[in-house]
Amino acid sequence: MTLWIALIATAAGCYLLKFAGLSAPRRLLDNPWLQRFATAVPLALLAALITVEALRGDGQALSWDTARMAGLGAAVLALVLRAPFLVVIVAAAATTAGLRALGAG
Amino acid sequence: MRTFALLKSPAVRDSLGIGVAVGAAGLAFGTAAVAAGLSPAQALFLSLFAFTGASQFALVGVIAGGGSLVAGVLGALLLGARNTLYGLRLADLLGWRGARRALAAHGVIDETAAITLAQSDRTSARTAFVTTYAVLGSFWVVTTLAGALATERVSDMDAFGLDAVGPAIFLGLLWPRLREGGGRAWLIAVAGAGIALAATPLLPPGVPVLLAASAALVALVRPVGTAPTTATEPAEEARA
Repeated sequence: MTLWIALIATAAGCYLLKFAGLSAPRRLLDNPWLQRFATAVPLALLAALITVEALRGDGQALSWDTARMAGLGAAVLALVLRAPFLVVIVAAAATTAGLRALGAG
Repeated sequence: MRTFALLKSPAVRDSLGIGVAVGAAGLAFGTAAVAAGLSPAQALFLSLFAFTGASQFALVGVIAGGGSLVAGVLGALLLGARNTLYGLRLADLLGWRGARRALAAHGVIDETAAITLAQSDRTSARTAFVTTYAVLGSFWVVTTLAGALATERVSDMDAFGLDAVGPAIFLGLLWPRLREGGGRAWLIAVAGAGIALAATPLLPPGVPVLLAASAALVALVRPVGTAPTTATEPAEEARA
């Protein structure tokens, strides 16, 4: 039940953020501070999410999982080779799964 | 024949390409959501109504880590705030009011903004927006359900490497931003990662990621990149 409340709050909030942009006075765009900050926030958040999920252990602990990290390495390689988004994801999962099947990590 | 003529329009062609390619990533979302403990109905709800990939992934990421739901929702909304900026840019170009604007707002995301802002006049902007929104939206919803239902049958997530899917997705979302943003973008990303890493052992799951947003304050000290006008252009940023 609480989970549903979180999902509804996220959906409603995400919609209102989009709607606010389409409806707000356009001069807000002229504020360079707002522009820079809004461009920078996703950079910081995405990098944080990558780190936290890659090194996730039990609870609050951090842990190194060789198979998972190799999967991320495969994702980086796919991105460097300009592979499509879905190929990047599949490369990561397949590498991790493959190494685990071989007994690593 | 009219359909054929439409397909020749660059606005429609680009929109279809991006719509299908990105929409298919709903498979990854459905997978991540069910792996985090959501039901397929809950995954579908998010794809239908939140409809903004990074925020959806961020929320289920926090849930998967056993983090507080409040932190998860806040993180998702912080990520969703960039859509406000896209909306500001799109408002004049699309020129819709009333119910149309209310409906179009739902479709304001990275990809629709990138494709629409690349158009020069209102007609092709509207065509590009509607096509990308419709194609990407329907693919996103259908593939979310497919990914969720398939993952429900998997008993051992780790054996399929599904724990690598989450970080790989965020990497794929971050990559074009780093490539376009240059040295300043790397600095903000590394600072964000460092803050999250240092805070993880000390704070409940979800909170370190919120704290990492403060790394964006670096951007206020000096402009991101050398030419702020191009560095903040979403059309450049999201095309990758």
